[in-house]
Amino acid sequence: MNSEYLVEVKDLKKWFPVRRDFSQVIKKERKFVKAVDGVSFGIKKGEIFALIGESGCGKTTTAKMIMKLHEATAGQLIFENNDVTNVDKKRLLEYRKEVQMIFQDPYASMNPRFKVRDVLEEPLLIHKLYADRDERLEKMKDGLSKVKITPPEEFLERYPHMLSGGQRQRIATARSLMLSPKLVVMDEPVSMIDLSTRAEILYMLKELKNEMDLTYLYITHDLSTARYFTDRIAVMYLGKVVEMGTPEQIIDNSLHPYTKALIAAVCEPKSGKVNIVKEVPIKGEIPSAANIPQGCRFHPRCPYAKPSCISNPEPKLIEHNNDHFVACDRYKEI
Amino acid sequence: MNMEKVLEVKNLKMYYFTSKGVVKAVDDISFELKKGETLGLVGESGCGKTTTGFSLLKMPSPPGKIVGGEILINGEDIMPLSENEMRKSVRWQKIAMVFQGAMNCLTPVYTIERQMMETLQLHKPMSKEEARETMKKYLGYVGLSEDILKRYPHELSGGMKQRVTIAMALFLEPEVIICDEPTTALDVVVQAQIINLLKDLKEKLKLSFIFITHDLATEAEVSDRIAVMYAGKIVEVGTNQQIYGEQGPAHPYTQKLLGATPKLHENVKELAFIPGTPPDLLEPPTGCRFHPRCPVAMEKCKKEEPILNEIEPNHFAACWRCLNEQ
Repeated sequence: MNSEYLVEVKDLKKWFPVRRDFSQVIKKERKFVKAVDGVSFGIKKGEIFALIGESGCGKTTTAKMIMKLHEATAGQLIFENNDVTNVDKKRLLEYRKEVQMIFQDPYASMNPRFKVRDVLEEPLLIHKLYADRDERLEKMKDGLSKVKITPPEEFLERYPHMLSGGQRQRIATARSLMLSPKLVVMDEPVSMIDLSTRAEILYMLKELKNEMDLTYLYITHDLSTARYFTDRIAVMYLGKVVEMGTPEQIIDNSLHPYTKALIAAVCEPKSGKVNIVKEVPIKGEIPSAANIPQGCRFHPRCPYAKPSCISNPEPKLIEHNNDHFVACDRYKEI
Repeated sequence: MNMEKVLEVKNLKMYYFTSKGVVKAVDDISFELKKGETLGLVGESGCGKTTTGFSLLKMPSPPGKIVGGEILINGEDIMPLSENEMRKSVRWQKIAMVFQGAMNCLTPVYTIERQMMETLQLHKPMSKEEARETMKKYLGYVGLSEDILKRYPHELSGGMKQRVTIAMALFLEPEVIICDEPTTALDVVVQAQIINLLKDLKEKLKLSFIFITHDLATEAEVSDRIAVMYAGKIVEVGTNQQIYGEQGPAHPYTQKLLGATPKLHENVKELAFIPGTPPDLLEPPTGCRFHPRCPVAMEKCKKEEPILNEIEPNHFAACWRCLNEQ
């Protein structure tokens, strides 16, 4: 039954311990920042799955756990039906070959002293692929032409500072594809790219997905690009998934009050809005993950909250219809 | 609407003199700002919009220099003023700026009170008590409680820090406030809150804003008029209705940029993009600077540079096509 998923996370948690003062050590009190607090979802093969949320909601931490850059505190990570939550070094190396990442900041994710050639060659050397230099060179040129960097020969000898933001993000994409992975985790890949080239990069990523049979986990705070780019969206709030479904379900028929608020807050390039003060349905800002509110964790900001939202146990993610999930007890009333 | 001009910029030129050559970051731009109006300055990174903002304060970052032009505030040219006069009587008194990334423009080692006090006391001789009263008044305007005065910037959230910087820009009741991407680093919900705050303040205190951003969608919500910049030039100026209305913008660059802006409530399968990259300003293209990326470029566009022409009342575009169609 699970075979439809390439990756599955089950009740994944990441709690970061907070430094304690002396009295807390004596009393054996423990405090945690619950960055990710029980997240479950599955990504189907060939799918583009988006994790959306405000900063601090745990979307990047989730991605890092899937990349195995963070050890999970609890929960399971299943890749191609194998449990990879705890693996030894050798298996980890194999796993990393299958799962690659594109980072947000193309200016920081490349060693400034590496030429494009070195950037692209490194994964091949680490994984001891292609012993022959010429073979590696072929592979690198191939990788560059896939991301439409032409002519590849010329770009191989360039340093990152000689490239524009869009070009760098293309090189970062080429680097992540050098090992022909199955899953690519993308952490806000276009948020630092200019608007005019942003769509071009997304378009290229979509093409590459079809061409190379990839699966993407797309992390973003931008609902508008997610609508155009992804197949399914999970909205995160304070370490939990609050709503999950297709872009149409999430954006046109959103159920959770948080998702509704997020959508209401997005600006749209339409005339006649200048003199209207837009209604922002939720107040305040995201609370600290060290101090998660009792009951439904959204209740302090929720315009529909009732005392039952505080006293009842936290709402679970339940299916509304057709794979549209929501974690709110009162979503039918609002 | 009151048609009084608060700010008038004429032929402003700001060049960076680098070792590789002269980068014409702001190249001969003119615009005006009326009282109580918000003028949006949009463009991609590197088009000169932030540089324009800093030039208005006569604070070009080195190796930049203002090469020419006039900046008139209430009809008075500030170009001939010395650095000392600028600091004493213009910056923050007449023209203030809210910088990009509020998290980085507050000193981490001072309390909010101390930083605010500094701004106030340097410009106006006033006692600590008076200053504290002023602070409280303006914190009230931006929706913050006065107990944040005792706190340090790291104890505040991004949205609160942005509110503090806005309050600090308001202190001396300037004529013009330049907001340089005030909402870019914030989450959508907080972004909407800040935009509402700015609209509210504009209404209440009759302020005039220059709102700089790369995001056409945000601009649609805040600006009465929009100026679009490309490669150091203003390519189109129009009212909100002219740019975002049914008819759509006139300049091909604005049209394309608007097409590339994702719209949440429209189910578009393919987003448009502009092929190519913005030009290197060390060697800008001849003729119209947009011609290498323009889908409707003509022979003339490669040779002659178009100037801003009024194509309909209050709507200006620098494009040969727009002129021909007239």
